[in-house]
Amino acid sequence: MLTGNLLWVLVGAILLGIAAGLNGTFAFLQKQSLVGDAAAHAALPGIAIAYLIFQQKDLPILMLGAAITSALAVYMIQWIVGHSKLKADAAIGFVLSVFFGIGIVLLTIVNQTGAGNQSGLNDFIFGKAATMAKSDLVWLSSSALLIILMCLLFFKEWKLMIFDPVFAKGIGLPVERLRVLLTALTVLTIVTGIQAVGIILMSAMLIIPAAAARFWSNHLGIILVTSAFFGALSGALGTIVSSFRTGLSTGPIIVLCAASLFLISYFFAPTRGLISKSLKKKAFKQRNVAKEATNHE
Amino acid sequence: MNALQVKNLSVAYEEKVVLKNVNLAIPVGRLTGIIGPNGAGKSTLIKAILNQLPNKSGAVHILERPLNSKDHTVGYVPQRNAVDWDFPTNALDVVLMGRYGHIGMIKKPSTKDKQIAMDCLKNVGMETFADRSIGQLSGGQQQRVFLARALAQEAEVYFMDEPFVGVDAATERTIIAILKDLKAKGKSVFVVHHDLQTASDYFDWMILLNQTITASGPTELTFTEDNLQEAYGGKLFFMDQAKSNKTFN
Ligand SMILES: Nc1ncnc2c1ncn2[C@@H]1O[C@H](COP(=O)(O)OP(=O)(O)OP(=O)(O)O)[C@@H](O)[C@H]1O
Ligand SMILES: [Mg+2]
Repeated sequence: MLTGNLLWVLVGAILLGIAAGLNGTFAFLQKQSLVGDAAAHAALPGIAIAYLIFQQKDLPILMLGAAITSALAVYMIQWIVGHSKLKADAAIGFVLSVFFGIGIVLLTIVNQTGAGNQSGLNDFIFGKAATMAKSDLVWLSSSALLIILMCLLFFKEWKLMIFDPVFAKGIGLPVERLRVLLTALTVLTIVTGIQAVGIILMSAMLIIPAAAARFWSNHLGIILVTSAFFGALSGALGTIVSSFRTGLSTGPIIVLCAASLFLISYFFAPTRGLISKSLKKKAFKQRNVAKEATNHE
Repeated sequence: MNALQVKNLSVAYEEKVVLKNVNLAIPVGRLTGIIGPNGAGKSTLIKAILNQLPNKSGAVHILERPLNSKDHTVGYVPQRNAVDWDFPTNALDVVLMGRYGHIGMIKKPSTKDKQIAMDCLKNVGMETFADRSIGQLSGGQQQRVFLARALAQEAEVYFMDEPFVGVDAATERTIIAILKDLKAKGKSVFVVHHDLQTASDYFDWMILLNQTITASGPTELTFTEDNLQEAYGGKLFFMDQAKSNKTFN
């Protein structure tokens, strides 16, 4: 059933899910999830420009273009927040829509040029993992492995940087550089995932597994592992399901899988889930009622 | 040797100047109180010293060196509202963060680091809460955990922003005993403090601050009614009582 290429796609999707789950947890805790969304949308003009310049759709070239405009968008958001009265939400909304708007215009131009219709750039919008070429999957997998490795290496530093940056600086951590590194990795995660998952929904891979994992533990290490697992599971399920039917995009299916995991976590997670919380409350009330009763006897 | 030397430090947030022309020289081994009304710039002074603020001018030396050199560590206890209390981490983990400067980048904490962190938790009477997530601790307990983290740093110079806020009398005594113990070991400790009644008991050196330095020096020379009225802009009504309680050590 799993033919050669689909096996590769599956491996790629799982690695991507793990990378996004790990990186997304840090972005989530830093309350930077929406910046990831803007960065993902801002990849579109970069892809279109790279295609217009080089007239080919080699993944590394398109990824490079995407990375440049994504990073530019993140930088612009930070600049606007730092240099104007606009708050982060307005800055993110502004940058996201402007970059995406430019991207759509450029994409239309690409589609009208001769070979444009066959360029397959449209697949970048919603993602098409099942039809990715093997060479593209090699790129995706090595990039995902790099992200995973960095998240493991800088686990301790990022934890402290996000929790208490002033203290981190006090003990001599290069806080600014660590922050830039984390942002750069977020951009890399997005760029890695857009062909498979799509620009519009890529940020969901960063946000949803992390948000779902938060319900399962109060321990960052466990949250990271859980988030990576959720990411991998959604990536794998999304790829398999979307390969069943031609025309079915990968991104939406991955998001649906991740969202189901989120709902399960929201209700059933033992530490912070809704049911466990209300059960604890109930048990507490009953204990008190029992106590009262014995006191009255 | 000076524990802290500040030359011509000025800080502005956007357009607003918060600290003007601050000059300080405080010798090693003092327990220094930083005193001033709300909004005086006490937290800002600490953040500027710790190199946290972009809009500043002037020079800061700790133990005669600029801060960004990595050969020494500075202990820090933030004001309570400065960290994200919903962050997924527990008490022992937070104390362990105090060891990160010794452990170095990328490497993992050793069993010795964990042992030191546990000892520091014991030191502040919080060892039974080691596994508790920080969001589920009371304000006073959180304050103790942060103090333990500072102790775990084994730093030479400490900055603490209102460590006594929201703690009960027993905890306050525990904390002050620990601070005095640090001083006895030759460390230099700077503490933002609001209670004028206890200030002269606790500290042997004072910085009175309100945008500019009103006074800085040994407590018996600086903790005078005139200086306090100046720092607080003539808004002190209970001074007579505070003065009658005054016991210099
Ligand atoms: N991030 C900021 N942006 C703009 N203004 C700020 C900022 N932080 C502090 N301020 C202003 O700077 C001044 C000094 O603030 P700071 O927090 O240093 O006071 P403080 O002496 O620590 O007061 P408190 O006793 O209330 O803690 C205040 O007027 C405050 O409004
Ligand atoms: Mg303050």
